[in-house]
Amino acid sequence: MSATRKLRVLPGFNLTLGYTLGYLSLIVLIPLAAIFLKTTTLTLERFWEVTTSPRVLASYRLSFGAALLAAVINTVFGFLLAWSLVRYRFFGKRIVDALVDLPFALPTAVAGIALSTVYSPKGWMGQLLSPLGIKVAYTPLGVLVALVFIGLPFVVRTVQPILEDLETELEEAAASLGAQRWVTFRTVIFPLVLPALLTGFALAFARAVGEYGSVIFIAGNIPLVSEITPLMIITHLEQYDYAGATAIAVVMLVASFTLLFVVNALQAWSTRRIGQDAGRNV
Amino acid sequence: MSISVKNINKRFGDFVALDNVTLDFPGGELVALLGPSGCGKTTLLRIIAGLELADSGTVLLEGEDASSTHVRERQVGFVFQHYALFRHMTVFDNVAFGLRVKPRSQRPNEAVIRKKVHDLLALVQLDWLADRFPSQLSGGQRQRIALARALAVEPRVLLLDEPFGALDAQVRKELRRWLRRLHDELHITSIFVTHDQEEALEVADRVVLMNKGHVEQIGTPDEVYDAPATPFVYGFLGAVNLFHGRVDGEHVTLAGHAHRHDERLSNGAQVIAFARPHELDIVLDAPNVEGIAATVIRILNFGATSRIELAGDADSGAPAYVEVETSRVRVRELSLAEGSRVRLVPSQLKVFEQSPAATEGAAL
Repeated sequence: MSATRKLRVLPGFNLTLGYTLGYLSLIVLIPLAAIFLKTTTLTLERFWEVTTSPRVLASYRLSFGAALLAAVINTVFGFLLAWSLVRYRFFGKRIVDALVDLPFALPTAVAGIALSTVYSPKGWMGQLLSPLGIKVAYTPLGVLVALVFIGLPFVVRTVQPILEDLETELEEAAASLGAQRWVTFRTVIFPLVLPALLTGFALAFARAVGEYGSVIFIAGNIPLVSEITPLMIITHLEQYDYAGATAIAVVMLVASFTLLFVVNALQAWSTRRIGQDAGRNV
Repeated sequence: MSISVKNINKRFGDFVALDNVTLDFPGGELVALLGPSGCGKTTLLRIIAGLELADSGTVLLEGEDASSTHVRERQVGFVFQHYALFRHMTVFDNVAFGLRVKPRSQRPNEAVIRKKVHDLLALVQLDWLADRFPSQLSGGQRQRIALARALAVEPRVLLLDEPFGALDAQVRKELRRWLRRLHDELHITSIFVTHDQEEALEVADRVVLMNKGHVEQIGTPDEVYDAPATPFVYGFLGAVNLFHGRVDGEHVTLAGHAHRHDERLSNGAQVIAFARPHELDIVLDAPNVEGIAATVIRILNFGATSRIELAGDADSGAPAYVEVETSRVRVRELSLAEGSRVRLVPSQLKVFEQSPAATEGAAL
């Protein structure tokens, strides 16, 4: 940094960088390092055995599969919800807007119990679905429902401000140039919203992968069918197998980090493409 | 292509944006819609474009009713005040947009598109910027690209909404001269909205003056400037001095000064009268000198002319602020200085009988 000495309005680059790194280490890196450290007490064979046992492998598939699917669903419907909230005025809009945040605020256990009650075969929704042969509670589908529930606000809240800033003039310009509605959406609106959508997707996914409280009640926790990876960690903990628990945690961490890194790279790429650094009045 | 609007009405809630507006725009002309903000000019432009729906009335494009035609099919080129360029596309892709979104059957092939875009960029003199993104362009360049983009689809009409509104004064002047030249080359029927009277008078073939959802006057720049039809137009176009007075037979009495008039005014009527700064002569105050009494506050010199700011005598009923434009030679002859007592004699005066509506435009 000292090579390019610039006059800054707010001083303190060294201070802020030092503080940021110190804080990040204390809050994030040190606990994570402890997980890795604990894992190294295992032999490689034992590590492999723990992290690739059939139950654990099944839980990876469920956790990551359901989280990805939930993030995709949330990206689509979160975008629609954000669009309606930004573009239209309707009765009860403020209430709907406030409801979006509820999954943030609700204790996850409460959400889990509520969802499993509603979707159990005798619950309000379960009652309607079971004649159709659809079982939600205590199946992987239930896990998906819970993850969709908790991930929704992330997409809505990241996309909403971007949509609010999107000038309707752009759509009008496209229409006056003869573009059909779908073409306008695909070529004008979507590329500008894509970075925010990816961010929302990444956040919803990250939250869903790590989610425990709301899922555990509705999942039913049937081995090889509806056990999520966080539950496998807890199972190991309950048997005082701390190293086994951290071993699974390490696998989760690395996988999540890789996925998030890819999404972030995509997001950065799409941002660069729309020249977000540019002035707004373009 | 000619454009007509007939009996257009438009309200936004309680606000009447357009009140039964009927206008004809002959083909090939460059017309300015001029008026203060909120006068309905932009709304009218957007209704012509199809971006807004009138509550009632019809829009005729070349004699055909286009009221229910979607903006997509109206073949109008629209240029926005804030450019509305697609910031994720290069300049080239922006201009090519209208060609690329055509239905497959009408879409020209890529080679034709390339040629056409480069021709348009050459027309707006920005061919060298084809690969840039809008954010890398100056305001004036962006607006020229926006114009090229609008022209790419060969619109029948070009509509410009305050096209120079977001630019600084220097660029603005340059760009409006350029727009005029471009219009002389293309002869495409064009309407542009502006609140800047100088811009309208300088660029347009004809000027439509609007106020509060009404059309006040239509005419060439000279017509509207030299013969304003209403007090509003008088007040809105150029600097003007406003006097209150009353009709006494063949004279109008203004602030103690009797001015002969030859208009048809009813005796005893309250009137307002306008004189432009160059239509007031200054004479030094002396006993038996006719004129409106005033005191010099400031003298500003611009090259060969001087602008003199004066305060009218309050007890004679003269306005508190009067502006006079005269030659510097004249100022020297009279040896005017701040504080000089003078009389103002109108060489020309436009008198309007005062009706409730007549005061509206006279904000000056």
